[in-house]
Amino acid sequence: MPPVLMLAAALCTTVLGSLAPIRSHAEDVDRKSEDTESVSVADESPVSFSRDIRPLLSNRCFACHGPDAGSREGSLRLDQPDGDEGAIGYAIEPHSVEDSEVWHRITADDESMLMPPPDSHLKPFNEEETELIRRWIESGAVYEDFWAFQVPERPQPPVTQNAEWSAQTVDQFVLRKLESQQRRPSEEADARTLLRRVTFDLTGLPPSREAIRHFESAYANSPELAWEELIDDLLSRPQFGEHIARHWLDLVRFADTNGMHKDFYRNHVAYRDWVIRSFNDNLPYDDFVRDQIAGDLYPQPTKDQLIASGFNRLHLIIDRGTALPEESHVKNVLDRVTAVGTAFMGLTVQCAQCHDHKFDPITQKDFFSLYAFFNNIDAEPETNPRQVVDGFQEPFVRFPTDAQRAELSRLDAELIKLDQQIAPRNERANQITKQLQQIKEIEPEEEESDDELAESDVAEAMTPEEEARLKTIRAWDALKESLENELGQLRLSLAKSQKQRAKTQRERIAVEHGVEKAMVMKERDEVRKTFVLIRGQYDAPGEEVQRGVPGFLPPLEPQSETPSRMDLADWMVSPENPLTARVAVNRFWQLFFGVGLVKTSEDFGNQGEVPSHPELLDELAVSFVESGWDVKALLKRIVMSKTYRQSSRATPDEFKADAENRLLSRGPRYRLDAEMIRDQILFSSGLLSTRMHGPSVKPPQPDGLWKAVSMTGERFRPDQGESIYRRSIYTFWKRAMPPPQMTILNAPNRDACIARRERTNTPTQALLLLNESEYLRAAGQLAQSTLAEPAEDRILFAYETVTAKLPDSKEVDVLQTLLNDLRDEYASSPKLVDDLCEGVFVDSPQDKVELAAWTVLCNTLYNLDITKTKD
Amino acid sequence: MHNHITSTSENRRRFLANAGMGLGTTALASLVLGPKLASAAAPSAASGAPSDIPTGCHFAPKAKRVIFLFMAGAPSQIDLFDYKPELVKQFNQPLPPSVSQGQRVTAMTRGKEQLIVPSRFGFSQQGESGMWMSDLLPHLSTQVDKLCFIDSMHTESINHDPGKTAFCTGTELPGKPSMGAWLSYGLGTLNKDLPDYIVMPSAHWSGKVNVQALYSRLWGSGFLPSKHQGTSFQTSGDPVLFLSNPSGIDPAIRRRMLDSLGDLNRKHFGEIGDPEIETTIAQQEMAFRMQTSVPELTDISDESPETLAMYGEEVNNPGSYARNCLLARRMAERDVRFIQLFHRGWDHHSKLPANLPGQCQDVDQPTTALLKDLEQRGLLEDTLVVFAGEFGRTVYGQGKLDMDTYGRDHHPRCFTALLAGGGVKGGIRHGATDEFSYNVVADPVHVRDLHATMLHLLGVDHKRLTFPFQGLEQKLTGVEPARVVKEIIA
Repeated sequence: MPPVLMLAAALCTTVLGSLAPIRSHAEDVDRKSEDTESVSVADESPVSFSRDIRPLLSNRCFACHGPDAGSREGSLRLDQPDGDEGAIGYAIEPHSVEDSEVWHRITADDESMLMPPPDSHLKPFNEEETELIRRWIESGAVYEDFWAFQVPERPQPPVTQNAEWSAQTVDQFVLRKLESQQRRPSEEADARTLLRRVTFDLTGLPPSREAIRHFESAYANSPELAWEELIDDLLSRPQFGEHIARHWLDLVRFADTNGMHKDFYRNHVAYRDWVIRSFNDNLPYDDFVRDQIAGDLYPQPTKDQLIASGFNRLHLIIDRGTALPEESHVKNVLDRVTAVGTAFMGLTVQCAQCHDHKFDPITQKDFFSLYAFFNNIDAEPETNPRQVVDGFQEPFVRFPTDAQRAELSRLDAELIKLDQQIAPRNERANQITKQLQQIKEIEPEEEESDDELAESDVAEAMTPEEEARLKTIRAWDALKESLENELGQLRLSLAKSQKQRAKTQRERIAVEHGVEKAMVMKERDEVRKTFVLIRGQYDAPGEEVQRGVPGFLPPLEPQSETPSRMDLADWMVSPENPLTARVAVNRFWQLFFGVGLVKTSEDFGNQGEVPSHPELLDELAVSFVESGWDVKALLKRIVMSKTYRQSSRATPDEFKADAENRLLSRGPRYRLDAEMIRDQILFSSGLLSTRMHGPSVKPPQPDGLWKAVSMTGERFRPDQGESIYRRSIYTFWKRAMPPPQMTILNAPNRDACIARRERTNTPTQALLLLNESEYLRAAGQLAQSTLAEPAEDRILFAYETVTAKLPDSKEVDVLQTLLNDLRDEYASSPKLVDDLCEGVFVDSPQDKVELAAWTVLCNTLYNLDITKTKD
Repeated sequence: MHNHITSTSENRRRFLANAGMGLGTTALASLVLGPKLASAAAPSAASGAPSDIPTGCHFAPKAKRVIFLFMAGAPSQIDLFDYKPELVKQFNQPLPPSVSQGQRVTAMTRGKEQLIVPSRFGFSQQGESGMWMSDLLPHLSTQVDKLCFIDSMHTESINHDPGKTAFCTGTELPGKPSMGAWLSYGLGTLNKDLPDYIVMPSAHWSGKVNVQALYSRLWGSGFLPSKHQGTSFQTSGDPVLFLSNPSGIDPAIRRRMLDSLGDLNRKHFGEIGDPEIETTIAQQEMAFRMQTSVPELTDISDESPETLAMYGEEVNNPGSYARNCLLARRMAERDVRFIQLFHRGWDHHSKLPANLPGQCQDVDQPTTALLKDLEQRGLLEDTLVVFAGEFGRTVYGQGKLDMDTYGRDHHPRCFTALLAGGGVKGGIRHGATDEFSYNVVADPVHVRDLHATMLHLLGVDHKRLTFPFQGLEQKLTGVEPARVVKEIIA
């Protein structure tokens, strides 16, 4: 039987070696070529190795002719021109396809010669692709270093034909690309659309009607000024941090439970709140990164830096009892390193844990050198529920306030005092108990006649022996009685003191419970050795490795003999690091346009997609670093652009030709995230609570979801009152069963680091928005506010409150007809009216019918496509 | 669309939604996703494939759908299927080190002596095939000629959470799509009114000890578009979340409201041009149809008394394994692609003799009824039924070692899976274990081999059902070679 390859199998569900992919849907292939069409350039332009050739070779060839020496075939690597087994002069002859083996193999008619081999199931190169390779070889087969691993440099501002459109550099890069395809940007969206778009994008919430009035008039006077003032205002709102933080929480798989086995609660609230505060305070991104990787390693870490280091504790963790601790330890570290790779580096480093990376120059040894930085945690590898209080798992740090500190000292002193009172009395009580025991053992046995002896003074005289015996008995009795009395009193007073002590102890627990705490990263004193794990198996250590970074990236500059996580953090945010800034700006760009300039925002490696606008990406990255990693400035720059302000309207054909808007020829239009949809409904109905921070909350969800999966019969108990109307970022996230209102709309379950959510459109989403009880309650709430408006304004009021748009006459007609029909329907069904308006106090039956009809009308508005969509 | 992979059905939906534009809402509802239209509109996957190969298949399938009966917690193969009569002589003897070979054990029995415990339950030969079966499964024993026993199943996982995750998604680490999600993605939908992939966890079970947790990732879509995720049917309340209209809104009002909603959405589509709006309209109509089709599916009042009796008394109890088996048959009739039951309570670390019989009683008659019911309706031939847990149990005992209270620890090195229908040979055993039911000695079948075989029976080449993620063409069977177990295919 083959050796057990558990981790190997665990992390690499890919097709390697000769087993390889073909997509099973004809439609998918068509789809892909549509995409390619929209971003590829016209045939006349020169072939670019980075843009045109490397992706082809990576997909079809690198698995066997790439960086992994272990699986390399025919002593040929096509990922580099020179060096051992390099391609040039061996398989590729520059300027001559006839002399290039590669060319003959990819165009062979003979199946035994064809590359990629038919049994690999890899798609053969099509005509367009072979043509690109032909042109590349004929033009000299120039290799370029991989773009993402080169330090970005500020590109030359582009020259465009249309100088009128915008003076902003961002726009000029976008325009040049459009002009190269004989396209023009779309006109600017109208004021309402702009306001709604940017309010959602910067705060996660829609604008209020008042905000619409205000902005419309300001925009009419001076559009540029009004726009900038609006953006500055939005960036300064506390809701900004809540909104931007939410995306970060997907990326670092933030959750309220362990995610394995019994799925215990754990408390990372401090970390979540820190992320929100960091964005609101505009913490420079380099500090934001540094604090998370190594906040615990500052000489005098601040509270925030310690909390930030909790990033290293967000991984899944099993509770003790069934798994093997050493294996759990390895899994935790792997998870930690994977998170660093995805969140900061934009690389799939985890692919190199069993073997060298198949596509990127990351060796297995490189992987374990990174692993070594995170291998030295001073923590149990498994959760011991008995040691966990309030969800805090060691190591954690306490941050008592002065008042709490004083209160705790007072209570501790009291406890000591009580203990001092209790101890001697306890001792005495024990002593007496013991004495009584001894007495029982040594006292003379009472014979049956003894009592009679003592009582019968009328009886004949006692013998001297009898008399002596009686005396002794009496003496013993007296001693016993006095001891028993003392013991009784002692016990009374002990009980009182102990009660007092228990009470004080409870007070102490209550105060301690209120003390802010955070799970943090902590190093062991003695550095744990790290070995390459052969095939990734926890119990197969190979060569020992030292802490370090992959060789194709800039060198680490350690401040001490053994490099620390802080050295790694500094390296990560050094201006020479080619990845960190690019990965960050790309993900911020994605927040606004739905797709990053690099679509694969989690993978900037060879198998990632090349950027649609490479120079724009570099321009943003370089200026981001130069600005001191100023996040708000970056976001402001993006939303100030004319590109962002375009109208999103187009013809269906244009939508189909560039479904993801990679050309940026129009404004963004796509469905809002689950949290934004929920928060919007709460906000526009007037139910939203704006209270920030603090413990996670549980808005109602259908019964039985937790119990159906739980190991411990755990039941979901919804919160009540204002808590259930707080923003969705505060919703309790149980990994085994996250809230369905979120997951149905594509929120990930936070098991793994996710850099971009998918967006689907399903019937279960339709059911959720139509029928969810809280969403219907919100519709009822909005209906009540609507009914407070003058009758002739009501449709307009509700429509504008929900969509931020004004209804035209056709829309008013449709809604008015619906309303009339609903009134008729409800007027004849009082039972339905009572059900729908349950809990609402309404005077007359007629008013109740009115409320019911309006509730359904508002429910209709909340289900419009334009309501759940940002445009 | 925003997700970069648009599946067959999505394109189809778009196509048909286009065709429906301008027609009334009712007409649109009847047009969207009719199976006949769908197959006309969507070409078969492999180019040049003969036209009788269904969409998404690489070759002609033997099975159209799967019912997966997952025995969460890992039933003991030694006490149920893998008969080892010689063990009786070795009660309380140490397991020879030559057998255990220092293999990894769990933290629960690490460092403890490995003392052999034979099964305390009787075995007898059944059916024409003379298959050995435990006396604990008298009903299922009548079906052995339909069953294929794979005694040589093995896995790497030694604990439940990774074990179930690996069995359901192909790898131990969370984040990968489940079997049913892969099928939904690869093969598309067969039924226009129901989800492709439905999951039914039992609400109760007999064994009260050590009930292991389930995780929604076991039926999740991982990196596949989330519409492929399993829909977990709830035992109480709506079977599908948020299915019912809220009280105060009846179907007529909902219909009326959807008509206006559709009118407004269509108007906006005309102005904005985004085809995504058409998808929204189509999905709202599909939601409306599900409000009828799902209750019709879960309402068993039209079942004959004979059928109900076949599943046993418990079938009247919503959430029971028996009820879920009956629902599975109803789903199979309606062409739900992948139906997965989870029955928990098999984790018998101690008091196995007391707890195993009850668990067996939970599943014995209903599983048997399901097989018979499918067969009677001509569904068994193209429905693959699989009965398995995440791993097996050890020959050595755990807890107090006497014949009434012994338990068994987790054992990944061999266990038994049962298959029936869907093009699988009946009345056979495949693979063999040593005399201790400890190591596989012939024809090992890894979990990923079972996955490859299941896909094969459904007409899918496991090497070609792939999805690009994190730079790799990911697949259910993962990185290690997987083999289709051709020997068991009829």
